Amino acid sequence: MKFRTIKIAALSLVVAATAYNCSNEKMDNTYEIEGVDSVGNTIKGTYIQEDQMARPAVNTVFVSSGSKDAFNTTVPSNQGAAFQSMFQNNLLALNPGYTRNALGLDAATFTSVLATDVLTLSLDGTTTFFDGTNVLTGRALADDVITVELILIFGGPDALTGMPQNVGLIDDHVDGNDVAFSSSFPYLASPHLQ
Amino acid sequence: MKNFKPILGISLLLVAGLCVIAADHIDAPAVTGGTSDITDFYAFQGENPDNVVFVANVQGLLSPANTANASFDENLMIEFNIDTNGDAVEDLVIQAVPKNKKMFFFGPFAPDQTGTVSTVEPKNFGGSSNVKITPFGSEAIVHTSDLGMKFFAGPRDDPFFFDFAQFTAILSGNAGSFNDPGMDTFAGTNVLSVVVEVPKSMIGGSGSVNTWVETKRKQ
Repeated sequence: MKFRTIKIAALSLVVAATAYNCSNEKMDNTYEIEGVDSVGNTIKGTYIQEDQMARPAVNTVFVSSGSKDAFNTTVPSNQGAAFQSMFQNNLLALNPGYTRNALGLDAATFTSVLATDVLTLSLDGTTTFFDGTNVLTGRALADDVITVELILIFGGPDALTGMPQNVGLIDDHVDGNDVAFSSSFPYLASPHLQ
Repeated sequence: MKNFKPILGISLLLVAGLCVIAADHIDAPAVTGGTSDITDFYAFQGENPDNVVFVANVQGLLSPANTANASFDENLMIEFNIDTNGDAVEDLVIQAVPKNKKMFFFGPFAPDQTGTVSTVEPKNFGGSSNVKITPFGSEAIVHTSDLGMKFFAGPRDDPFFFDFAQFTAILSGNAGSFNDPGMDTFAGTNVLSVVVEVPKSMIGGSGSVNTWVETKRKQ
């Protein structure tokens, strides 16, 4: 199966769709900011959901292909009942040797946590996906979330205590972003210009 | 052959139709390649520890050349959802709607209706803010409201990093492990970002909240 070919095709579609969707905006800094009253009549109304996301890669990794749109439009409070068993099956397909992970969670418990796709955010201090101490208190820009998820999926119960399983699968060895983040708002780096 | 079983498992899952990219980029058929495709969601404490920051990224994998022509869809709302009592149902929302090269923000407020249908209503216009969408190539334009909220909308570097190419090779059975060092598949690509900073006191003050982001299309 030529997965790379599919990926390239998908990328091509995105590029094409992006180009198609876009208008030609001029770089114009001259117009003034106006209040919502001037546009309220054109933006008021009803809006229907198309996509949703909380934790990274959840829909991508754990939802089967025919159910991805449904997952995106199922309210989080209903996701556990609708998708936990699918998540468990796909976890065990990814790692047939899964018993427990580094958090001590068995397959049923781990996928029960994952299937309700909300991101917990602490209002009391450190906010991180995982920093060795704090678990799921937010998601910071620099958090290496993929490696954390690989460890939890493939690493086994002793992954963080010196005895990981599947050692070649628990770290992609990309530990940070290609450009530096800012410590000040808006925190994300400027776009690549070329 | 140590990795044979998991790789076999991965391959079976692949055959079952796992054909997707990364954090949430291109995650599902109905949104892939469209303006509503969320690529990532972040939530973290701000530079000012009394604030938290929400980031929603859409329209991922933009090359620099395509970023110049990329724009937010004026028929699309980006909605941050905040559950303050642990039932995974939103108690507060912050809505972002683009119009006339500006991003308009409403909230946080308690919506009349939870779930997959949202409304933009004149009764919430009084508490609105807006920020000019930062044009590609310009310095970031930031608006700070009287209530201490901060707003940004515009193109940014995609903050996501992952050796997706090697992960793909593993999934397809062409590799048995990641490389060290790996290569960031998302290096050099841009996204369209909405960033909102909000005082913690406006979303519960202390403890924990559950959060997620949605895109919703105007009917």
